[in-house]
Amino acid sequence: MLEIFMRFRRSHEFWLAMVILLLCIILTVATDSFFTLRNLSDLLTSNAFIGILCAGLIVVLVSGGIDISFTATATVTQYVALTIANAYGATWVTLFLMAGGIGIVLGAINAIFIERFKIHSIIVSIATLNIFYGLLIYFTRGKYIYTLPDFFTTGVNFFEFEYDQIPYSLNLQILLLVGSFLLTWFILNRTNVGRQIYAMGGNPDAAKRLGFSTFRLNLFVYCYMGFIAGVASLAQAQFAQSVAPTVLVGKELDVLAAVVLGGASLSGGVGTVLGTFLGLTLLALLQNGLVLIGVSSYYTQFVTGAVILISVSATALEAARQHRLKRARA
Amino acid sequence: MSTKVSSARGGLQAFLFGTNGSLTALLVSLLIVFTLIIGQKFLSPTTLQSMAFQLPELGILSLAMMITLLKGGLNLSIIATANLCALAMAFCLTRLVPGTEGLTSYALIAVSLAAGFVVALIIGLINGYVIAYLGVSPILATLGTMTLVKGLAIGLTRGNVISGFPEPIVFIGNGTIAGVPFGILVFLACAIPVSIWLSRTPTGNAIYMIGSNEKATRYSGVDTRRVMLKVYVASSLLAAVAAVVMMSRFNSANASYGESYLLVTILAAVLGGVDPFGGAGKVIGLILALVILQVISSAFNLMGLSQFLTLSIWGAILIGATAFALRYRNKQRR
Repeated sequence: MLEIFMRFRRSHEFWLAMVILLLCIILTVATDSFFTLRNLSDLLTSNAFIGILCAGLIVVLVSGGIDISFTATATVTQYVALTIANAYGATWVTLFLMAGGIGIVLGAINAIFIERFKIHSIIVSIATLNIFYGLLIYFTRGKYIYTLPDFFTTGVNFFEFEYDQIPYSLNLQILLLVGSFLLTWFILNRTNVGRQIYAMGGNPDAAKRLGFSTFRLNLFVYCYMGFIAGVASLAQAQFAQSVAPTVLVGKELDVLAAVVLGGASLSGGVGTVLGTFLGLTLLALLQNGLVLIGVSSYYTQFVTGAVILISVSATALEAARQHRLKRARA
Repeated sequence: MSTKVSSARGGLQAFLFGTNGSLTALLVSLLIVFTLIIGQKFLSPTTLQSMAFQLPELGILSLAMMITLLKGGLNLSIIATANLCALAMAFCLTRLVPGTEGLTSYALIAVSLAAGFVVALIIGLINGYVIAYLGVSPILATLGTMTLVKGLAIGLTRGNVISGFPEPIVFIGNGTIAGVPFGILVFLACAIPVSIWLSRTPTGNAIYMIGSNEKATRYSGVDTRRVMLKVYVASSLLAAVAAVVMMSRFNSANASYGESYLLVTILAAVLGGVDPFGGAGKVIGLILALVILQVISSAFNLMGLSQFLTLSIWGAILIGATAFALRYRNKQRR
């Protein structure tokens, strides 16, 4: 037990957790509105889209690849699934099946380009981002959809209750956010496929020689990312109460920032679901906290950038120190 | 004799299937197809001139991206840097220059532009220091500076636009010399020195070496950190040149202009034969890629097709060209 704690104490996640804890304490003391049910519920709901995508991107980064195209995938799934739902009617189940299915198909296109043509994922996903997004806007002429199916507009609200005259519930966004993180955790840590993804990310050649099918693994990874993008897009459309095809593309680097802040390495094989969640939490708290403290919202991005830069520099310095210590010992 | 012929044929084949050859072939076939579809109008001086007006912004930004790709890095902060520099220049230009005449006016314009380049230098030094000396991965470091620099630009301007520049500045992006847009001359004035820097100097050589194997380069006695610092500073300064052109073309500066260019600069560089993991790529390839992208964009525009369709064709060409290049390289190895 002690040993596990000692190991955790040296980990990236520990430092992140400490920074978040410190931030929480400061915000709770400095403002009345931070540590309230209302603020926490708003925080989760408004960060759900970015958060759900984080749960998908961590799998891609662990596998040793990268995906930039998921915002375009989300735009396409959202638009197509809800257009079909408007035209032919749908239920929650069919809506999610459609969104997930379209996401999986688009993810499979990525995987096939990456594996069959042996092009690196960053090139493929930059290209497919432009292809998916360009074609969607071309065919739809960039029109917004404002009328959505009734059941979708209402959303889901489990465990509704009132507190201080404000209604609270477990809404669609929170459910999907929690669900996607749990699913990713389960896949990466409790399934054979998950362990194989870590192995492939750590050393693709060794994984191949062990007999893992990298094609099948990559297919799984990029389809999963597509599926998650589909799920995230529904959470976002329900939150925004409309489908706006031009607002999602451009957010891909926000998602990447949260995941790498959580300790995932871009060279693959390294990264945890807990770290990803903490990275996401830190960025979300920072933006929320700055607004609550009364810093002009024009400066939130500046502070976020400073935190990212300081955090990655500190991590790099710590890694160099550990490396030197190891050498001195050896 | 026969060996000579076969080697000449081999040379031709290598050219046709090599990056620049296949890009030239692609360009020529695109020109033929578009001329057949659109007709004379496509190759008219007006169309060519409008292409030459549009190319420099993306061109200079792509150069800024390319040099970092060559050393095995990446610079996601080029657009943010360009915007902050443009804002710094615009701020000085609109405060200092109005009301002055003649030489003083020119001197103050020069001072204003210098202010922008100082900003670029500082950002470049931060990027270079964090990446080369602290050892942060380029994508993370420049993601941080991108957010920081853009945040600073938004914070200082509250998202507003600064506009209205003196005549000489407007000329840079919109004027012509003997029919040739001045902007394209600025682009060439960047591309030629960068090309010489990369291919004819020890630093340029070291950039390619670091791109293919950083450790080996360090052990062979090259001060890799210094070279990397130089690369990020140069990348930043090129972004500042792009800032001048952009600001002049829009006659205004803003914190979020040209953001969609970011991934397109990587697309252009990779299409131009730059290895996204460093070590290979030439400026001439990049120029060919930029011309191809511009030709497609202008032709689609003339045909009345949406710019978004252009985006998706660019994406398709990137995948197609990369797959073709890789296939040829693998065949060669066998």
